[in-house]
Amino acid sequence: MIAAGSPKIAKVADLFAVAYQIEADAVERYELLAGQMETHNNPELTAVFRDLARAEAIHRDEICRLAGDIDVVARAQRVAKWSRGESPEAASLDDAHYLMTPWHALRLALAGEERALAFFKSVMETAKDPAVKKLAEEFVEEEAEHVNLVHRFLRKYPKPVDSWSSDMDSPVSQE
Amino acid sequence: MAVVDIPIARKPSDYRSDAKPIWCPGCGDYHVLMSFTRAFAELAVPPEDIVVVSGIGCSSRIPAYTNCYGFHGVHGRSLALAAGLKITRPELTVVVASGDGDGYSIGGNHFIHACRRNIDMTYVVMDNHIYGMTKGQPSPTTEPEFDTALSPGGTGLRPFHPLVIALASGANFIARCFSGEPNQTAAILVEAIRHPGFSFVEILSPCVTFRPDEKEWKNLVHDAPVAATNDPAKAARRIMTDDGFNIGVLYRGDRMPYRPTVAQGSLDLAELERDFEL
Repeated sequence: MIAAGSPKIAKVADLFAVAYQIEADAVERYELLAGQMETHNNPELTAVFRDLARAEAIHRDEICRLAGDIDVVARAQRVAKWSRGESPEAASLDDAHYLMTPWHALRLALAGEERALAFFKSVMETAKDPAVKKLAEEFVEEEAEHVNLVHRFLRKYPKPVDSWSSDMDSPVSQE
Repeated sequence: MAVVDIPIARKPSDYRSDAKPIWCPGCGDYHVLMSFTRAFAELAVPPEDIVVVSGIGCSSRIPAYTNCYGFHGVHGRSLALAAGLKITRPELTVVVASGDGDGYSIGGNHFIHACRRNIDMTYVVMDNHIYGMTKGQPSPTTEPEFDTALSPGGTGLRPFHPLVIALASGANFIARCFSGEPNQTAAILVEAIRHPGFSFVEILSPCVTFRPDEKEWKNLVHDAPVAATNDPAKAARRIMTDDGFNIGVLYRGDRMPYRPTVAQGSLDLAELERDFEL
């Protein structure tokens, strides 16, 4: 079942538009997170989030290419709207922290990819138009690949020690 | 042939400035900024016809992050500034941004009288139950048992109940939102801005630095179980007895907004000077 508040997808053009918006929102969110990390002097994470934004921008542009004559940008403005929750691949801002590590960033990315996978699966399972179902299936395969890719990256970055967020000059000091 | 103004379709990014927010990563105010720009885009009001007025505090940095007109005023006085602006320039969309310290403590009296005057503007308070910018002092909405180096043993004080105060003072639209639901918040902001009179929107916006416990809010918020009412008595009962995490429009009043009855004065500077001559 498609989550409440998700956009309605009746045609292939709608699905292209929604897929485009999902990737565009992911780009915007990673750029925002990169900006946060830059402001808070975490250059390693700035670079990680910029890389993630670049990767999502490639996916976004690929969807534009696949959509051919469909004006996905204009259509997305009309149809790709979530009244509840957020665009599935947009990384959670709530879990950001100024001392976060690449492992945390990749966990955020993984959660986003998994939400996108679940979204396209729900479209595939509920679509009435065979063409929409078929395209959704392709997006499911694509997102499953992304999930696997993030899992592979995560193997390079072990979970940080529990004290990862301790700061010798913490902003919460009230003494 | 009649000329018809067709509103230009706008994107949220049309309302963002180039200034990079300096809020802490994880802060709920990032989502509130998104809700502002999404709401403005939905309303399709040109950025130059919107004014975002604020006071002092983390939340009050928001005008700088929009490319609408902005006024980053003095502590607690944003409503007074906004009221003057809306009375003299009623064609503008005026949105006031504040926090629980700025809005309910220093600006508490302005809050009451802005509700009472019912001027057609929207007041958004990003409530995180703490003074974040000045390192974590208890605010009027802080829980009595909040025990820190700055409030040893807790404050022991009954928290301020802004929605009840707003209702009792005459606000014409009252809603509570959660920053973690930016699309729902944007939709409520659209409704609040369109509603005539003084609209008050409290947004629960966690402070992850001084109140990490507020990360739990996302599991506590829930949709208000009943639709909004225009009956203040019913609204009062609901707001007084809710758990503080009811999300949605809680009251939609039908009071006429305030309009000045005095004739518009001259805008000629020399004439104004003569009027003020002693």
